Amino acid sequence: MGNEESVFFSRVLTELTLSFHIIYATIGVGIPLMIMIAQWLGIKKQDEHYILLARRWTRGFVITVAVGVVTGTAIGLQLSLLWPNFMELAGNVIALPLFMETFAFFFEAIFLGIYLYTWDRFENQKKHLLLLIPVAIGASFSAVFITIVNAFMNAPQGFDLVDGQLVNINPILAMFNPAMPTKVAHVLATAYMTSAFLLASIGAYRLLKGSDHIYHKKAVFLTMKIGLIFSIAAAVIGDFSGKYLAEYQPEKLAAAEWHFETHEGAPLMLYGVLDDGEVKYALKIPYALSILAHSNPNAEVIGLNEFPEDETPPLYIHYLFDGMVTIGIWMTVLSLMYVVGVWMKWSFIRTRWYRWLIVLGGPLSVLAIELGWWFAEVGRQPWILRGIMKVEEAATTSGQVDTMLLMFAGLYLVLGVGSIVVLTRMFRKNPVEQELADREAEKEGELR
Amino acid sequence: MTLEIIGITVLWLFLFGYVIVASIDFGAGFFNAYSLFRGKQHILTRIIQRYLSPVWEVTNVFLVFFFVGMVGFFPKTAYYYGTILLVPASIAIALLAIRGSYYAFTTYGGLKHKRYTYLYGLSGLFIPASLSIVLTISEGGFVTETASGIDLDYVALFTSPLTWSVVVLSLSAVLYISAVFLTWYAHKAQDEPATELLRKYALIWSVPAIVTATGIIVELKDHNPEHYSRLVDLWWLFAISFILFAGTVYLLGKRKSYGIAFGLLTGQFLIAFFAYGISHYPYLLYPFLKLYDSFTNEAMAIALIIAFIAGLGLLLPSLYLLLRLFLFNKDYVQGKRDDHA
Repeated sequence: MGNEESVFFSRVLTELTLSFHIIYATIGVGIPLMIMIAQWLGIKKQDEHYILLARRWTRGFVITVAVGVVTGTAIGLQLSLLWPNFMELAGNVIALPLFMETFAFFFEAIFLGIYLYTWDRFENQKKHLLLLIPVAIGASFSAVFITIVNAFMNAPQGFDLVDGQLVNINPILAMFNPAMPTKVAHVLATAYMTSAFLLASIGAYRLLKGSDHIYHKKAVFLTMKIGLIFSIAAAVIGDFSGKYLAEYQPEKLAAAEWHFETHEGAPLMLYGVLDDGEVKYALKIPYALSILAHSNPNAEVIGLNEFPEDETPPLYIHYLFDGMVTIGIWMTVLSLMYVVGVWMKWSFIRTRWYRWLIVLGGPLSVLAIELGWWFAEVGRQPWILRGIMKVEEAATTSGQVDTMLLMFAGLYLVLGVGSIVVLTRMFRKNPVEQELADREAEKEGELR
Repeated sequence: MTLEIIGITVLWLFLFGYVIVASIDFGAGFFNAYSLFRGKQHILTRIIQRYLSPVWEVTNVFLVFFFVGMVGFFPKTAYYYGTILLVPASIAIALLAIRGSYYAFTTYGGLKHKRYTYLYGLSGLFIPASLSIVLTISEGGFVTETASGIDLDYVALFTSPLTWSVVVLSLSAVLYISAVFLTWYAHKAQDEPATELLRKYALIWSVPAIVTATGIIVELKDHNPEHYSRLVDLWWLFAISFILFAGTVYLLGKRKSYGIAFGLLTGQFLIAFFAYGISHYPYLLYPFLKLYDSFTNEAMAIALIIAFIAGLGLLLPSLYLLLRLFLFNKDYVQGKRDDHA
């Protein structure tokens, strides 16, 4: 196998591993916060339903954490196995956040074990709630640190490049690179948002499938509210990300927007297709790109033609960007209508079709996560370290990457199917009505 | 002490931590599967599950910590070992992935089938084997450097007696460590049948563990004379290690102080592990990669060590809490509490 093939298969394998991992990783970051909120509400309102909600989410969460942990280990090692030249170079500058990520992960792992096995141990439920705080902090901070590593790849800094050697290294400066604030904030907000909508979608599905229990109604209302808050946050941060791109990575923004010529008062292109360099059927919003990029309708936006052709990303990232943004806006509207609808007692939010839309919202949000990451990653092609190292120079020279790709594809299939089967079985076998009845019986037994 | 030595000592310590906790985990999975096979599962399963459930995730972190730290402190290892280890490390990851997730699937998800128990038990033996190959490779002789990159000679690797000795050592050590720990744990749980069974396993596996460990030193004499002579210089460390080993076996044989027996075992492996590591110095990969050449820049090294100290400040109390709540909680160990979500 030649080097070119190694590069190709290394890219495919990394994309496959990450695409699979981020589903579980996103859930892993977001769900602890949801469990914490539910548990806290349960204690505050003295409402058994919220406590049970936290408990049942936790049980499902363990399964997704397991897959998240093992695929996270895989990508952690694959970084060195598939991109040895990259790690050799970048490791000198960016090892610190990578290292700190494992601490966050360690912290979370310890407290998750404790949390899981102390459900009825403490008289005071607040003590048990306290255990969740390190779990949620660990989960979020591992996302923060690993996103910092990724941000560094987009905006490397904290060193000087002298004759191909990295000198004057400043690890802290490398961590606080210009891409970091928007990336970290966007990753966190969308992880919380996606987790909330996934849980809402489960609740809505149970409501559709015959259970009309108040428990599910509370669950859907709570998660839709949380989802709404974080989808608004994600949109605001997304706007900041656009401004970041215009300033520091204009070729990514230009490729995403099919903005070829540099000019002032640039319009935003929504949808459309690209035909021989001509944009067709696109919705054109005048001045919107200038506003997105610089908050000024007349500002100049740099076009793609300003860059050498071998340093521009592929143009299909436009579709990824549009897909992500569309789903984001759609989910904001859907959850806003629902929350307002509950307050105003609108009846249509209780109809079957609206509940089906909520069910669909969970998978859609996951899709948006995938689209967003593909956009972010493909958008910095051909660089692995923007402006410093290209992808071809970074890959392994090993000839067995194609076989490994097949092996990992098989592995993810097994893990994906396994986790779905186990999760559905867990909850189908023990519906909430059953569990509530069991708990009631248990309590009476204790009183007697 | 230079920063390089601090770095490698920290990493070696974490690798040692992984060896101990992972051995307990892998061995437990194997004994569980074996007892199911022999129809004695009722004796062991509950003890094993009770120990593993709250800690299985933590085990994995030790490994991640080691390789992330290794690349952080010694970025050049990413180039050498990353290129060479693609296949063995990928196999180990895949096995770890299946193992870890199926543990969760069966424990929490109720996916209870004999097939999974067997798979789980067996995979635990392949993982140490595929990981310990790194130790053989680091001795040199299997890697060639060419103009286009570096290559690993699989034929030479798999026909070398050294490779197979390391594999046998890793397997018997896993089963030995695990059995000694679980004997202690079962004894704490006042589960006499399990204690007796595990004690028997421990005594059985102590023999191949010590025989292969000695055999490897002899084999190194031909394979890497330089390393062998440094090993011999450290003979007294290995002698202490052997005395500790004898102490463990004695206590197990006399059926007393299982806790101390496990303590001695930890000491035995710690000393042997560090003696081996010290004798490996100054090479990370003989003869291509030396400790000093591959070290990261000073700014990063200091940052990593500060992060490490801060991290330990967070981790040690948390680990202590974990152990106190489960390992050293009488009611939990004896199975009088079932508080899990």
